[in-house]
Amino acid sequence: MLDTSTPLVEMTDISISFGGIRAVDQASITLHKGEVVGLLGHNGAGKSTLIKILSGAYKRDTGDIRIDGAPATINNPRDAKGYGIETIYQQLAVADNVDAAANLFLGREMVTPLGTLDDAAMESKAREVMGRLNPNFRRFKEPVKALSGGQRQSVAIARAILFNARILIMDEPTAALGPQETAQVGDLIKQLKSEGIGIFLISHDIHDVFDLADRVVVMKNGQVVGEAKTTDVTKDEVLGMIILGKVPPGATPGPGAIRE
Amino acid sequence: MAEHALSSPVHPSSHARNALQRFLSATEVDTRLLGMIGALAIIWVGFNIFSGGLFLTPRNLWNLSVQTASVAVMVTGMVLVIVTRNIDLSVGSILGLVGMVMGVMQTSFFPVQLGLGLGHPLIWVLSLAVGLAVGTGIGALQGVIIAYLRVPAFIVTLGGYLVWRGAAWWVTAGRTVAPMDSTFQLMGGGPGGSVGAFWSWVVGILACVAIVVGLLLGRRQRQRFKFPQRPVWAEVVLGVLGCGATIGAVLIANAYPWPTRIAANFAEANGLDVPEGGLFISHGIAIPVLMAIGVGVVMTFLATRTRFGRYVYAMGGNPEAAELAGINTRWVTVKIFMLMGALCAIAAAISTARLNAATNALGTLDELYVIAAAVIGGTSLAGGVGTIAGALLGAVVMQSLQSGMVLMGLDSPLQSIVVGIVLVFAVWLDTLYRRNKY
Ligand SMILES: Nc1ncnc2c1ncn2[C@@H]1O[C@H](COP(=O)(O)OP(=O)(O)O)[C@@H](O)[C@H]1O
Ligand SMILES: [Mg+2]
Repeated sequence: MLDTSTPLVEMTDISISFGGIRAVDQASITLHKGEVVGLLGHNGAGKSTLIKILSGAYKRDTGDIRIDGAPATINNPRDAKGYGIETIYQQLAVADNVDAAANLFLGREMVTPLGTLDDAAMESKAREVMGRLNPNFRRFKEPVKALSGGQRQSVAIARAILFNARILIMDEPTAALGPQETAQVGDLIKQLKSEGIGIFLISHDIHDVFDLADRVVVMKNGQVVGEAKTTDVTKDEVLGMIILGKVPPGATPGPGAIRE
Repeated sequence: MAEHALSSPVHPSSHARNALQRFLSATEVDTRLLGMIGALAIIWVGFNIFSGGLFLTPRNLWNLSVQTASVAVMVTGMVLVIVTRNIDLSVGSILGLVGMVMGVMQTSFFPVQLGLGLGHPLIWVLSLAVGLAVGTGIGALQGVIIAYLRVPAFIVTLGGYLVWRGAAWWVTAGRTVAPMDSTFQLMGGGPGGSVGAFWSWVVGILACVAIVVGLLLGRRQRQRFKFPQRPVWAEVVLGVLGCGATIGAVLIANAYPWPTRIAANFAEANGLDVPEGGLFISHGIAIPVLMAIGVGVVMTFLATRTRFGRYVYAMGGNPEAAELAGINTRWVTVKIFMLMGALCAIAAAISTARLNAATNALGTLDELYVIAAAVIGGTSLAGGVGTIAGALLGAVVMQSLQSGMVLMGLDSPLQSIVVGIVLVFAVWLDTLYRRNKY
């Protein structure tokens, strides 16, 4: 059902090398409106690299990206944002020495009619958004380097959802968080999904992802092992894909699948 | 309960334990800046005692302000350069080259080649415009090499240090250019290059009005968004201190009279009667000092109120995050170096006008003084941290040390040793301060 509509994102045969290393090798992946796709694989599998191509941080060597069915030109993070792609990076990409409001609006500041920064308006909006996300957050005036890992993560997430993203990439979003904050992020993902946002949820740990995702895509050594709807496979089967590259009957094999 | 807390938010100062803490928290002044002002006060009083009361005189303080102007102008740009984890070693050489170019423009190109004639009223502004264009162009070139060709700023500007100094020699094959255009000379200070008592008061009162209006606007803005307000007494203290300092500066500038002979000549030329004990004509604030203050205000505005400034600080804290946030970090870098070049041109105008000549060696060692002033003023070489106001204070501290030592009759080698030690000491203090803060 979902799969018959035009995908929000279609990445086809994407490859990129760093020096001699093929970090991503002929990987294809799709994402639909209101869908959560779990991107799984060991550390070093190429997950972050693949999605950084979508978010404009890296330029692919080969392959195509289509957004809403039309070819997309993504050469830098600005281009990606233009398509409504927002990213929460694994290495928390926050500007350490400016405050939360400045981070939320970085690159898209609110300005007064004179063209100067409207800090008060930005802080006000930041208080509103952060209040929804993390009601305990109080430290609006401090540079974010003074904040805890969880607080920094809520700043990064707030920034991603502030500008009506259509496509949200979350690269190991709960890695730095405690159980309570992790649960909050889970709730947030469900809410965003219900608003029709497509989400790539990346993790090396299947437990973070399986219950939230509609579909999982597994990568190994830069290649896609296979993909499956979470209703068609078990956690153990997905674990087998991650560890051994073995594709169960309920999954569609990719170029990285080993065949017995 | 919650409703109530939202509608009248509490200022953090109400939680402060002792009086000093309450004062600092209520006024929201930067403790670091306050520390620097304290250090400056100690230096001033110390020199005054050791020089037998020569330091805290209108004459010395006025001279100090004029001597600081050129470095002060450049340090405002150096802050942005260092905040983005770059460095500019070429500012002294750019100053030298641009000074030479402006010298040639006003002594031969515009008056002779273009036939405007010496003393034409447009010469100063045309020369300055050419200087600004050359400075900005040099900055753009260096910035493009740094940002787009990815050569480290240290290397590019080290190269620039040699190239522009050499180029300065080429302009006139080493010949000193003098004298400068008479209007242009006003940018160097001196009796003619000061605005006098009346206009000093005008400037001072405008500044006081700006301080009060600024405080009021800030208060209204916080009200609009229901942010915690500073207590009223804190606002009043800030206003009184700000206006007091401004008025004090004007009083000092006005207390320094023209030298008697110049005053007498002036009186004769204007048919004035010279009273008993000589004519008292106030210098008032020097034009180069006004230029430096103006530059400081504009640069503070750029750094804190514009997108450009926001990006500068964001890049300095985490260049990758800034890039990922969609900021065109390379173009911002180019703009910073262009700005630095333009500021070098303004500093060159002040220096050449003050010397009334453009020489080959003009601006030698300035890069070190400018960098030292920025660092003493709290700019972190690790990037991301530094304020224009702090750097300006740093420039005043540096110049105070030098002037003070001259007044005390210290030899110049000893002066260098002291300045060097102070630089290292200041940065060490700053490291301690930051370690305690985070
Ligand atoms: N900027 C880079 N330069 C060189 N190698 C890189 C770079 N980014 C990633 N790699 C390499 O690409 C491979 C995939 O890394 P990554 O995408 O971060 O994996 P994952 O996110 O799945 O843990 C790794 O071998 C990593 O070392
Ligand atoms: Mg990763």
